[in-house]
Amino acid sequence: MSRTPVNILDRPLGGRGSRAETQVSLSAFSYLYSELVQYHQNRVDSISELERRLESSGYDVGLKILELITYRNREYKREIRLMNILHFVSTQVWKAVFGKPADSLERSVENTDEFMIIDYEPLTSTFCSVPADFGQLSADGYMSGIVAGVLDGAGFSARVTAHSVALEEGEANNNNTNTSSSSGGAQSGNNGSLLPPRKEKAVFLVKFSPEVLERDAAMDR
Amino acid sequence: MFLHLFIVNKSGGLIHHRSLSSKAPKLGTNEWLRIGSTFHSLYAIANEASPVKLPGNKKNGADDGIEEIQADGMTLNCFQTRTGLKFVITAEPNTTAAVDLGQILREIYMLYTDCCLKDPFYELEMPIRCELFTQGVENLIQKYSRIR
Repeated sequence: MSRTPVNILDRPLGGRGSRAETQVSLSAFSYLYSELVQYHQNRVDSISELERRLESSGYDVGLKILELITYRNREYKREIRLMNILHFVSTQVWKAVFGKPADSLERSVENTDEFMIIDYEPLTSTFCSVPADFGQLSADGYMSGIVAGVLDGAGFSARVTAHSVALEEGEANNNNTNTSSSSGGAQSGNNGSLLPPRKEKAVFLVKFSPEVLERDAAMDR
Repeated sequence: MFLHLFIVNKSGGLIHHRSLSSKAPKLGTNEWLRIGSTFHSLYAIANEASPVKLPGNKKNGADDGIEEIQADGMTLNCFQTRTGLKFVITAEPNTTAAVDLGQILREIYMLYTDCCLKDPFYELEMPIRCELFTQGVENLIQKYSRIR
């Protein structure tokens, strides 16, 4: 069998090969995401409905990405502990989907069933300016959907919501440069300096169902 | 010193305007709307009136309109994109010695493509209300004002 050169359009987007081959440019993603948001926006009556729809489009991605990552990492071990799966989400999943680990993972002080994954530069809202009349809408609903999908797929059912929180004074995102290079957008990489610095971070609030916490507590005994 | 920036869409509607310094003329939005559409028409007339067509340029080319107007009191630079969007900046005449206005317009164009076209909440041909864009232009103008 002779190996004919593969048409560029037929090549897989991801898969094995160099790192560049597994990445999609930030611009391409942004245009597509922008269309996704607009598509849903034309079909909803309320802001919360828009958020819910974005989450549900991310949910299926999450389910599939969990499958894909475990397959690619040759890690057929199933995470059964709460902290391990959260760690898996904030590092492995984040790296595979957004090209960098999440910035931090925190446990809520008030509620023990709540955890927060914090990203200073969420990919989905890189170029978003949420209009004032949209209130508290976070454009990162898609990302929270992915998180919910991964957690649900792994057997940790949880309600995940995205929130945009204003950065506090002095709370700087010092990993500015390496994010733009790792997310692979040629346009944003060098000329990204034109973009004003972020004023908000994304907080993904993960609220586990009671039975998940019960199960995890039982394993401690 | 920069004076004013305005952006005109392909049908002559003003989609963004802002003064860049305190020396800019104090005009209302209605006046700027009028200036924007008048400039759009003049650009089209200049395009038609141009005796020499650039090689390879069809009738409604992007290269033949008004690129620059120089006057004693101000200088105006215009940059038209392939889709017919016009970025226009006015400045005091001595500004051009220090900075290239065309370059600034191209950088504003870059900001427009990033902050507006990739923003899910921006509608094409409609007035620009993207906070990110406004902030980006602000930073850009400050950067160039410091150079001078």
